[in-house]
Amino acid sequence: MMDTLLTALVTLFTFQHLAYLLLGVSVGLVIGVIPGLGGIAGLSLLVPFLYGMDPISALGMLIGLVAVIPTSDTFSSVLMGIPGSSASQATVLDGFPMAKQGQAARALSAAFISSLFGGVVGAVVLTGFVLIARPLILLFGSAELFMLALFGLSMVAVLAGRSLPKGLAACAVGLLIGSIGAAPATGEFRMIFGTEYLYDGIPLVIIGLGLFAIPEISDLLRKNSSIAEGNVLGSGWGLGFLDWWRNIFLSIRCAGIGCMIGAIPGLGGSVVDWIAYGHAVQTAKDTSKFGKGDPRGVVAPESANNAMQGGALLPTMLFGIPGSGSMAVFLGGMVLIGIEPGPSMVGPDLNITYSIIWSLALANIMGAGICLALAQPISRLTSIPFQLLAPCMIALICFAAFQATRDLSDLVALLAIGLVGILMKRFGWPRPALLIGYVLAPQAETFFYQALQFNGWSFLIRPGVLIIAVLTLASIYFGLKNRVDDTGPTGDAVVTSHTSRNVQIAFALAMMAFFGMALWDASGQSFLGAVFPLGVGVVGVVFGFILLMHLWRGHEDHPAFFDYEIVGDHVGNEGNSWFWTGPAWIAALVAATALVGFYIAMIVFFVAFLRLRANASWTKTVVMTACAAGFILGLAYMLSLNFPSGWLQSAYDLPWPIR
Amino acid sequence: MTGLFTTTRRGAIGMALGAVAAFGLAGPAAAEVSFEGKTIEWIIPFSAGGGSDTWARFNGPLLGKYLPGNPTVVVVNEPGGGSTKGTNLFAARAKPDGLTILGTSGSTQFPYLLGDPRVRYEYADWKIAMAAPTGGVAYTSPSTGVTGPEDIAKLAGQKLIYASQGATSLDLVPLLGFKMMGLDVQHVFGFKGRGDGRLAFERGETNIDYQTSSAYIKNVQPLVDAGTAVPLFSWGVLDDDGKLVRDPTFPDLPHFGEAYEMMTGKAPEGPDYDAYFAFFTAGFPAQKMVFLPKDTPQEIVDAYQAAFEAMKNDPEYQANKEAVLGTYEQVTGKAADALFKKGTTITPELRKQVVEMLAADYGVKLGEK
Repeated sequence: MMDTLLTALVTLFTFQHLAYLLLGVSVGLVIGVIPGLGGIAGLSLLVPFLYGMDPISALGMLIGLVAVIPTSDTFSSVLMGIPGSSASQATVLDGFPMAKQGQAARALSAAFISSLFGGVVGAVVLTGFVLIARPLILLFGSAELFMLALFGLSMVAVLAGRSLPKGLAACAVGLLIGSIGAAPATGEFRMIFGTEYLYDGIPLVIIGLGLFAIPEISDLLRKNSSIAEGNVLGSGWGLGFLDWWRNIFLSIRCAGIGCMIGAIPGLGGSVVDWIAYGHAVQTAKDTSKFGKGDPRGVVAPESANNAMQGGALLPTMLFGIPGSGSMAVFLGGMVLIGIEPGPSMVGPDLNITYSIIWSLALANIMGAGICLALAQPISRLTSIPFQLLAPCMIALICFAAFQATRDLSDLVALLAIGLVGILMKRFGWPRPALLIGYVLAPQAETFFYQALQFNGWSFLIRPGVLIIAVLTLASIYFGLKNRVDDTGPTGDAVVTSHTSRNVQIAFALAMMAFFGMALWDASGQSFLGAVFPLGVGVVGVVFGFILLMHLWRGHEDHPAFFDYEIVGDHVGNEGNSWFWTGPAWIAALVAATALVGFYIAMIVFFVAFLRLRANASWTKTVVMTACAAGFILGLAYMLSLNFPSGWLQSAYDLPWPIR
Repeated sequence: MTGLFTTTRRGAIGMALGAVAAFGLAGPAAAEVSFEGKTIEWIIPFSAGGGSDTWARFNGPLLGKYLPGNPTVVVVNEPGGGSTKGTNLFAARAKPDGLTILGTSGSTQFPYLLGDPRVRYEYADWKIAMAAPTGGVAYTSPSTGVTGPEDIAKLAGQKLIYASQGATSLDLVPLLGFKMMGLDVQHVFGFKGRGDGRLAFERGETNIDYQTSSAYIKNVQPLVDAGTAVPLFSWGVLDDDGKLVRDPTFPDLPHFGEAYEMMTGKAPEGPDYDAYFAFFTAGFPAQKMVFLPKDTPQEIVDAYQAAFEAMKNDPEYQANKEAVLGTYEQVTGKAADALFKKGTTITPELRKQVVEMLAADYGVKLGEK
């Protein structure tokens, strides 16, 4: 045993291994900074170079990359409000408000310290845990996994916002969107309306970017300012460290949660940040700042998401079951260098396992160190006038979005979900509730069906199920007690929101129409295919109806009323432009893509935007467009991908990249 | 009549030019195929990280090394629609210049065989460059009272549970196979992969399962040694005449046909077996195939086949083939042709029979055309 540990340690600290680890870390940092590009893209970049490398160095490179993506994706979450990857969605909630208040450097350093710490805690836990993990992981059957999905859904109680019916209806919308596509039990296709794109459901990256990034961009586009309104970057470095130090126990707990959730195959890591965030709120005494720039809202998810990567290694190495998309590529990489996962990873190959785990810790330290050094200069981005930043962000988001299926439909879906996100933001519908519902819908449905098939209804009295049920109830109780409201100012604001009652009712009715559509679609399916959307649809209709009653009959200061256009902090400022400015520009880009393909459309978009919207000089326009075009081209070349094509491409045979 | 033979001056020049052009185009190709300085796109209709992606990324660099002119081979993932999207794209767009190739899997063959409305490709159009077979072993839990492959008849009448990825996925093969044998198997759908299914077996939620050969050796053999799993049979492999024989990796295990005989007392035959056999071939012996587009010149096809043959002696190939391919050899030429044909053809009657059975027993709807 000691021998194995020592051998692993010695290989770890050879110069060659460290160099490859650092290489992986660097690639991971760059990939992570670009929103929407996660571990899958990064690993695909490295895989071609795996040939002829010795396994330990190759593994070091892969680990370095996987480990730091949840570290550097924080940049776009905090600075631009764009979730850098699915692991950093919750960070947006408090990190972005902090950046807007000019505390970007503080938020970033708190995030990086938490990432570092979470990653290291994860590795320490794994070192002991890996030996006994196999039987423990096998304790989680379909029944327990279903309960864990419910536990995840209980976070909606925290994130439901000011009006509970609104939050629950939003969650129901998410659950229904998540059930689009093939039904797990029968394979029949639900709510596809004859569209081939919907056969696979709407990809997570589209939902994440549509709900969070598009509304922020469209909001910023209307105000003619920079992201950081106060424009005080300040010396937040030390403050961020203090923020973490004051919450070190929260950080430890969240790292533990992250590690565990990552280790359980089947749940997926996409909710881990929300669970950690929810946990932070549930255990906080004063919750008034959450959603408005509370550092704890940054520390919690960032501690959890790096630890999660460590946990996710367990099912990958011990059972050959990838817990996430990036783990799937990691697994492929392992096979390519001749390492086959399986029980031997805790037997004869234990030294490989340990060198993987500790590489992870080391990579986290390297990654966070580099990010900390870069935090100060990079956070200056927030002081750039937004008109200049906007086209780059829009192009990046679209680039990230079509990674999903590399099709124009991705952009159309992004636009559609983006519109929903914009309106949800405006009328105070909690977007996190929708997202959690969306992510957990397939898990909840699949595991419920499987548990029933395997155990019958008696699955409900399994000890594991009962334990998780108690945890879930506790989570709902504390969640309802400490609800987060990220919709903005309270008090007199609510009264004035009443004036746009009719529009708010109209939006609620539109959501009701969506429930109706889901119910109508479900009525045509077989029992097993219909029961989930039917149940969720009915719940949605009930809460939608309650909400409508509140909006219809409610007192002027009823919490159901909310309209950002009336109470938002931009109201009364000079120079706000039209509400639909942002969506209009994005729609124009999508339309142009349909016509001439993405690459040409993007160049035209840049020129048009910089000239017409930002009033930039021709020199500036040309330079910026050329830089952006070159950057996107380089990225596409390295990832060997084709851009979405339009009418032009179907009519004429053109060379790459405008093919 | 004479008009046919009268050629105008302009026509003659045109014809001459045409002949020169045709000759000029065919000339270099016939003389030598070279991809020097070119990039070859290998379309994989799955996302990065899956079995097909790993397989292509293993073969890609070697293919580039042995193709004339040493082109760069890049793997292009075009996922979606259960692999129909990327395959449709290849069918619609790829030019017969050898610069775009397609890697398919059983998940690409099955929708085609079942008549899925999303399929807009026709296998018969394409030229096969290589086929990579795979195999697998079915095993059961000792709680069924079975202690070895010879006890398989004890399974009759027992309630068996199988963790399936879906009735139209690769798990259609065990579904049809178990059904033919008369086993009473409850298929629980919604699993993400065979590894996921194996986990359910290890948790004791299911009591019958199968794994592909390399996963079996790595992950199930330890269970067999520990006495918590009992092997039943291998799916078998096809010999040069297309006959089902024992899998050389598992010479001691009966193949599916033998197991069937042990269960029922007679050799498998009839339309049920034909239907099973078509999907079995598409899912195992012909699981992964590399195709060149319609009308690709024979010289290019030959160059590819030669490259796939030549790479087999490469030390890189030798070192990693077991992890990626399991214990099976990739084949070209006649062997590949035979697998191609068997794995992509089904009579309309058999298709109808399977589709109707899936609809009646499992509520599967393939969607309207």
